[in-house]
Amino acid sequence: MSEQTHGDVTVDRVELAEELAGAGLTGTGSTASPDAAEYALRLGDDALVLAQRLGMWITRAPELEEDVALGNIGLDLIGHARSLLHYAGTATGRTEDDLAYWRDEPEWRNAWLFEQPNGDFAHTIARQLVASAYLFELYGDLADSTDPTLAAIAAKAVKEVDYHRDHAVQWTLRLAGGTDESRRRMIVAIADTWPYVDELFEDDELVERLEASGVAVRPSSLRERFDAAIDAVFDEARLERPTGRTAFIAAGRGRHGGHTEHLGPLLAEMQVLARQHPGASW
Amino acid sequence: MSTPGETGTEPWPLWEVFVRANRGLSHVHVGSLHAPDADMAVRNARDLYTRRNEGVSIWVVPAVAITTSDPDAKGAFFESPAGKNYRHAVYYTKSEGVKHL
Repeated sequence: MSEQTHGDVTVDRVELAEELAGAGLTGTGSTASPDAAEYALRLGDDALVLAQRLGMWITRAPELEEDVALGNIGLDLIGHARSLLHYAGTATGRTEDDLAYWRDEPEWRNAWLFEQPNGDFAHTIARQLVASAYLFELYGDLADSTDPTLAAIAAKAVKEVDYHRDHAVQWTLRLAGGTDESRRRMIVAIADTWPYVDELFEDDELVERLEASGVAVRPSSLRERFDAAIDAVFDEARLERPTGRTAFIAAGRGRHGGHTEHLGPLLAEMQVLARQHPGASW
Repeated sequence: MSTPGETGTEPWPLWEVFVRANRGLSHVHVGSLHAPDADMAVRNARDLYTRRNEGVSIWVVPAVAITTSDPDAKGAFFESPAGKNYRHAVYYTKSEGVKHL
């Protein structure tokens, strides 16, 4: 590694990696097709909305160390969102910031799970457990996409999501196996989160078209592995998948721009600065 | 002397963190953190101390497991070598004809 001199002190020169995965690729895949752009928008919106939620924990987590852990996970997700929204924007000449700050609620394509409120710490962990188990399977498969940009983004993201999954699993085990109070809260959190699971695994015409050309991953194809991963955690934590009255399934319409009442306030907070000062940079 | 994190007023115990920057180097103490148990301490250390590619390996040690020298006994502990120059190699003159010294 080369060295740089600062008076008597030498520091290793840092080689900065590219911030937007896949953005440096040229040729096929550097400009998204309309279908690929819509698909990237879905994945990018999932990541950005969840990142914004996790950012709300900063200064509010149970301990300083957990503040940093949730913040780090949020930053990983912002990295995924930037790459995905940048790619989505290539189809229509929009930047990642155009897509993040200048779309209104009906134009957002995230699934309902990601916009659900943080709740208590157990609710955030339950949402993280579901989200990261799903994203891990998704990005693992998407790394083999015939679209080189999506493949590059997924290959980077899967390593980070692997850690997010570990973080959520560790906390699920500890909350479920901790005190009566922590276990009670974990069970409530899982029941409250479960209605939003099914939407993640719904196929539609867009993914079927893209899957035929090897670009996208069919969400339904991930369900079996997701269930197996969740069951393994629940077995160890002595938890059960909700059944009966608590097994309600939400009719998630996030992929088509229909959202729960929770997304609007999140977007308002995220977008207010960019909209008050258009074009501002710092 | 009480160790920080030892008392019940702090909910999570304190851990000392050691990071090895590269293969072939030693683990070096980088700081401390709070965590509910050893497994979470390793994860918290990863988040707090290896954010910029600082390491390839992490050790965590419960702070209470570390026995320290007494800062008040600095004189008795650390000042005794003064004047004992014969403990340094440079104190001795090289014998004639000895190579490779």
